[in-house]
Amino acid sequence: MNRKLVYGTAAPVLAALVALVVSSIALLIAGDSPITAFKEMWSSIDGTQPVVAIINRAVPYYIAGVAVAVGFKMRLFNIGVDGQHQLAAIFAAAFGFGIRDWDLPAPLYVAAIFLVAMLVSMVWAAIPAVLKVTRNVNEVIATIMLNFIASQLIFFLLRNHWNRATGQVAETGPLPQAALIPHLNRLVGWFGFHFPGNTVLQGFLPVAVVVGVAYHVLLNRSRFGFDLRVSGENPSAAKASGIDPKRMVIITFLISGAVGALIGLAPLLADPQFGKYGDQFPQGFGLAGLSLALLGRNHPVGIVAAALVWATIERATQRLSFVDIPQEIGIILQGSFLLAAVVAFEVVRRRAEDAETRAMSRQRPIATHVAPEPVGSAT
Amino acid sequence: MAAHSLALARSHRCVGTAVTVLGEHTGRPTAEQLDVAIELRDIVKRFPGVVANDGVNLKVRRGTIHAIVGENGAGKSTLMKTLYGAHQPDEGTILVGGQEQHFRSPSAAIRLGIGMVFQHFMLADNFTVWENIVLGKEPGWPVLAAAKARRRIRELSEQYGLDVEPDDLVSDIGVGEKQRVEILKVLYRGASILILDEPTAVLVPHEVEELFTSLRQLTDDGATVIFISHKLDEVLGNADAITVIRAGKTVGEVDDPSKVTAQELAEMMVGSELPSPETRERTVQEGIRFEVRNLTVEADAKVGQVTLGAGAESNVLAPTEQAAARKPLDNVSIMIHAGEIVGIAGVEGNGPTELIEAIMGLVPSTGAVILQGKDISTFDTLARREAGVGVVPEDRHRDGMVLSMSLWENVMLGHQNSAAYSNHGLIDRDAARERTTAVVKEFDVRTPSIDVRAFTLSGGNQQKLIVGREMRSEPIVLVAAHPTRGVDVGAQAVIWDILRDARAAGLSTLLISADLEELIGLSDRLLVMLRGKIVADLDPAAVSQGELGVYMTGVKTADPVPVR
Repeated sequence: MNRKLVYGTAAPVLAALVALVVSSIALLIAGDSPITAFKEMWSSIDGTQPVVAIINRAVPYYIAGVAVAVGFKMRLFNIGVDGQHQLAAIFAAAFGFGIRDWDLPAPLYVAAIFLVAMLVSMVWAAIPAVLKVTRNVNEVIATIMLNFIASQLIFFLLRNHWNRATGQVAETGPLPQAALIPHLNRLVGWFGFHFPGNTVLQGFLPVAVVVGVAYHVLLNRSRFGFDLRVSGENPSAAKASGIDPKRMVIITFLISGAVGALIGLAPLLADPQFGKYGDQFPQGFGLAGLSLALLGRNHPVGIVAAALVWATIERATQRLSFVDIPQEIGIILQGSFLLAAVVAFEVVRRRAEDAETRAMSRQRPIATHVAPEPVGSAT
Repeated sequence: MAAHSLALARSHRCVGTAVTVLGEHTGRPTAEQLDVAIELRDIVKRFPGVVANDGVNLKVRRGTIHAIVGENGAGKSTLMKTLYGAHQPDEGTILVGGQEQHFRSPSAAIRLGIGMVFQHFMLADNFTVWENIVLGKEPGWPVLAAAKARRRIRELSEQYGLDVEPDDLVSDIGVGEKQRVEILKVLYRGASILILDEPTAVLVPHEVEELFTSLRQLTDDGATVIFISHKLDEVLGNADAITVIRAGKTVGEVDDPSKVTAQELAEMMVGSELPSPETRERTVQEGIRFEVRNLTVEADAKVGQVTLGAGAESNVLAPTEQAAARKPLDNVSIMIHAGEIVGIAGVEGNGPTELIEAIMGLVPSTGAVILQGKDISTFDTLARREAGVGVVPEDRHRDGMVLSMSLWENVMLGHQNSAAYSNHGLIDRDAARERTTAVVKEFDVRTPSIDVRAFTLSGGNQQKLIVGREMRSEPIVLVAAHPTRGVDVGAQAVIWDILRDARAAGLSTLLISADLEELIGLSDRLLVMLRGKIVADLDPAAVSQGELGVYMTGVKTADPVPVR
């Protein structure tokens, strides 16, 4: 058990070192001092306010990572999380605005918006799944194409139908207070934490926790999760064991879509900056989700760490331009960390497997050299 | 440009005289060593859980056709991979032209003049013959010297009577010609030692003849040919020397094939010191428990399928000159009583694999699969398993287990739907672990814990786990494919005992095996499959392995016996 822990932590530590070295080299080439840069980065994340901001940002990242990881578990590449969650977000925003006069109680209001978002996202995710099982269309291509279609569709809907803004930007109408998820400042206050000034812990955090727990239960405790893992690890054995690959592809895509829908709801419902869908709505979570699932090794807790690292790097590099260092160093950090981590994981995995095999052969002689036991006399 | 023409010139030379390419070594080999093109000494190759080669010795004289024979799983393909550099042996030495060599890759092997002709063609269909041949070793830079390549290929083709037209599209040519293209590919790269993996598996008889004529021309010119086969008549008719491999060891070397018979070879392949699978006392009960009726798999049934059986491609690639493709499984009917073991003997590619897949619902098929009077042929795989069809798959790593998962998860595999483990869609871990502990104990799976992952177990223990898992779910019929392939002697005895005990307890078993002794010893009835059909129904008590082999290769055919 102890050894397992060592193997588990060795890889990310190694990867972090590589990322630091690579980005230092990049900084030196650009003529900047790595020390200044890292000092500035540290000061950007030091304090309660930045930490809370990092957590807020990590929430949609985490959900995106899980949405992708569900597919990864059976070697399905859902590159379409972006299109799925953006479409879900705009439909959810328009729907939420559309029913503002129904006077729904807050929990019901939020639930209705969740439902719409998840349905839209699942429909969009079902398209590549159906194409794959009926026409054998590669899901990577299909989802990338659908991302483009989704963004054009969103552009069309936002400009022509759901725009309630008057200026240059296009936006849906703002959601009423009852549709928004309240922040958690008061809740953490009960535990004795009091945030300074305008620091707000957004209310979407519990959703991410539920997603994580549900993902864990689905994966490790449910029959579907068993089928999913077998399909991913050994498709041939899965088929021979009576697991229908087509059914698995459809359901997995639907789950991935449903989880993905929640990404956009984090800014839409819980970020005081938004509360509506518009040109300024945050993007790119789906693609980040691919990196995060990879970095977190599709593990419910691993992805938490990955999402926090991602959000931390993003936050740390935000103010680098104040000291005349290009902010893009953050992307280099993220990229080199991811690359190094994937390589390190693979190295560590092989070593661990070798060690396991060796441990087994030490415990008992290789069966081939065991003297054959007397064959039971023929009946 | 210069470098490439040099390479071409060199490759030309070394085809003609095999010595030249070996001129790189320093020591002075003796005359006897010079005569030996390639020699393997005490090769050992281990894989997790299996010792695939356990002391193989091989000496191939220059300018000869050398056959390597052995059963499925005897370690032939591992040896072959060692020979052409796909992997390195754990122990032992390889001598090429008397000089010790370590090649780290197939390209290192080809530099020493060793080339591999694969059983499953590696050709790009939308390219022409010459393009395929030069692929990866294109002459001319930056502009492809097409004329030169064509000329060179024509020369080689004429020199060895290989008869290919460089400008034909590969998708338009027949199987025999594709194989000649594969041979030209390695000749073009300068190989003087050719390894062919079951080269005749995909050929029709007159193509087989042509192939061996070409190979003979090659050896007359000084090249060396090593081919792997389990068609004994072909080996005896064409090889200058034969090496027999069994259970990863060299068990026989024949310098003069005219002095051995096919039966002697078969005996060497199967061996006689193995524990006996004898099971004579009849336990067959009245009443049919399991039946397949007119089961047929069409030739194109597997196109687009995810999983392909080991021998499937050879059937899919029907020779173009034959009007209709052969059916991989052609109107097969089998009945099994309670307490009966029906054995299926058949060379790979002749239908046993497809029979298993059709019974399990893994390939589309026509005909009926009847379990205790109920036709289950419309059921999907899981429903068939739940109805009481247990299966020990022919390739345990491919179809039988997930190596990266724990033993208790592997015990659930194929039974994950069973009420024993599944509770409202959630897995009952305690029940699964309890069941696994029982399987491990009852079926003598040697493991320190049920939490270790499956890849840490030896092949024999993995197989005992699979057999135990199937037995524990109390099937009505067990489809056991090669249940003791690649397992050690101890595990083999345990598995045989399990099958015997289950038979005594009334289980119906369909036993598919390449181990003829196992088949004869365990079966109550023996059916022989050839080209997708059942061609003989034999009494195991009255048939020898040699006779069985003769039926399996189609040399002798009995009239198809109506099902009893």
